[in-house]
Amino acid sequence: MSASLITSRQNEIIEEFSLFDDWMDKYEHLIELGKDIPAIDDARKTDQHLIKGCQSKVWLAADETEDGTVLYSADSDAIITKGLVGLMVRVLSGAEAKAIAEADLHFLDAIGLHQHLSPTRSNGLASMVQQMRLYAATLAARRA
Amino acid sequence: MDMSSLPKRVRKDFPILQREVHGKPLVYLDNAASAQKPLAVIEGQREYLSNYHANIHRGAHHLAQLATEAYEGGRRKIAEHIGAPHTEGIIFTSGSTDAINLVAQAWGRTNLQSGDTVLVTQMEHHANIVPWQMVCAERGAQVVPAAVLEDGTLDLDDFKRLLELHQPKMAAFVHASNTLGTINPVADLCTLAKAAGATTLVDGSQALPHLAIDVQAIGCDFYVATGHKAYGPTGIGFLYGKQAQLEAMPPWRGGGEMIKSVSFDGTTFNGLPHKFEAGTPHISGGIALGIAIDWINGIGTPAIAAHEQALVQHAHAALGTLKGLRIIGTAPHKVGVVSLVVDGLHPYDLGTLLDGQGIAVRTGHHCTEPLMQHLGLESGTLRISFAAYTTREEIDRTVIALDRAMQMLS
Repeated sequence: MSASLITSRQNEIIEEFSLFDDWMDKYEHLIELGKDIPAIDDARKTDQHLIKGCQSKVWLAADETEDGTVLYSADSDAIITKGLVGLMVRVLSGAEAKAIAEADLHFLDAIGLHQHLSPTRSNGLASMVQQMRLYAATLAARRA
Repeated sequence: MDMSSLPKRVRKDFPILQREVHGKPLVYLDNAASAQKPLAVIEGQREYLSNYHANIHRGAHHLAQLATEAYEGGRRKIAEHIGAPHTEGIIFTSGSTDAINLVAQAWGRTNLQSGDTVLVTQMEHHANIVPWQMVCAERGAQVVPAAVLEDGTLDLDDFKRLLELHQPKMAAFVHASNTLGTINPVADLCTLAKAAGATTLVDGSQALPHLAIDVQAIGCDFYVATGHKAYGPTGIGFLYGKQAQLEAMPPWRGGGEMIKSVSFDGTTFNGLPHKFEAGTPHISGGIALGIAIDWINGIGTPAIAAHEQALVQHAHAALGTLKGLRIIGTAPHKVGVVSLVVDGLHPYDLGTLLDGQGIAVRTGHHCTEPLMQHLGLESGTLRISFAAYTTREEIDRTVIALDRAMQMLS
């Protein structure tokens, strides 16, 4: 159930970005998303939740719910990174832990933003995705 | 000479400048990180690999002789280019980082004692900080930085004060800053350091591509630089050292090439420069670095320096028209490096949006974290940096692209 949730959310984003051919238009949209995303609670913007990329900072918080799903919230000090981080949260937050741990995240590839997941981009996004999966995997293992 | 004619003359030498990025003509302004390569350098490596590759110095055959002559020719060209009195005083290394590590280990472990000081500056690249920290930690010595002033020049009074206070064994400083562009008065700094009894090392990574260098006029004990920022290949650079200093230093790495004879009763070491060049070196790199230096001299460092000086002035003026933009580093003498920040915007966002418009820049702390902390720039800067092939039009395009990026982000 949750796996198809993640898939359908990715498809939604792919469709949304298919409206933009131009690289800059795509980024314009990403920036708008970055501005609209509800920021993480200031109280949780602590070192404990900080994922240090080389250049932009990313904060990630995760909470488990009673029914075994994971709620994420995240933020960044760079707007483009924040837009990307927001897309990740949109795809994964509220899904079942096991589905998150095993999710095939193909949407960044499909919308032509996969280079941001490369470790060389040093924006913290790759480490964030790793953290999201790790949290979910730990949770799923505990519940199994 | 008309400075705008220089890029016109040399751009055809650089095949990569013809390409597009994200559907737009490439504007390459990340030269302080690494410069692009002229055809002569590309062809020189290909020629070696396809016609006379062999291991050097030992082979009893024709190809080995050709390769050795070409590699040693590279060494000779470097020596002549920087005014070194002896070719043996040029040690090939993998780059500046490797060269500084060599000195930190071979010189530092012999000369640094508990309580000693290595004086650096706040504008050093990590490569001229960390190797000293490592050897100092081992020897019980300390690394102390001289301050940098608001405009990005070195605080000479602080430099003198620290020389007097600590009587450092080593003073190591950058010729030109990779983040600020500041050209330091290295000859004066060497005179001051020497008077205080210090050995001196100058990091010339950003000077080799832009400035005429004369190590004897500078008066340093050691001078290091890397090839790839000066139109040469990656993985090759050099250490220049005064003969007496190099002779007195023990070898750092052991292996082939660096020995005179080996037995299990004991090994005797080879003379300079081979004592410091264990193992098979980067032969094509040494040859091609020589070709890159020929290419630089074909234009002449005065013409390159004047061209880049004009570009810096143009960039400062043009960027000054953008509201909320601040140039970091406005020293009177600069190489072709312009760092900037925009109020309220993250350099990473700006850099990403310039990339989208075909413009390659660097953002972040540029491996100078202590400097960024000192200047209070937590997210670093956006840096544009120039080469002989950079045009005024490229800077103008960058200013327009930056304006667009700023509008998109605010």
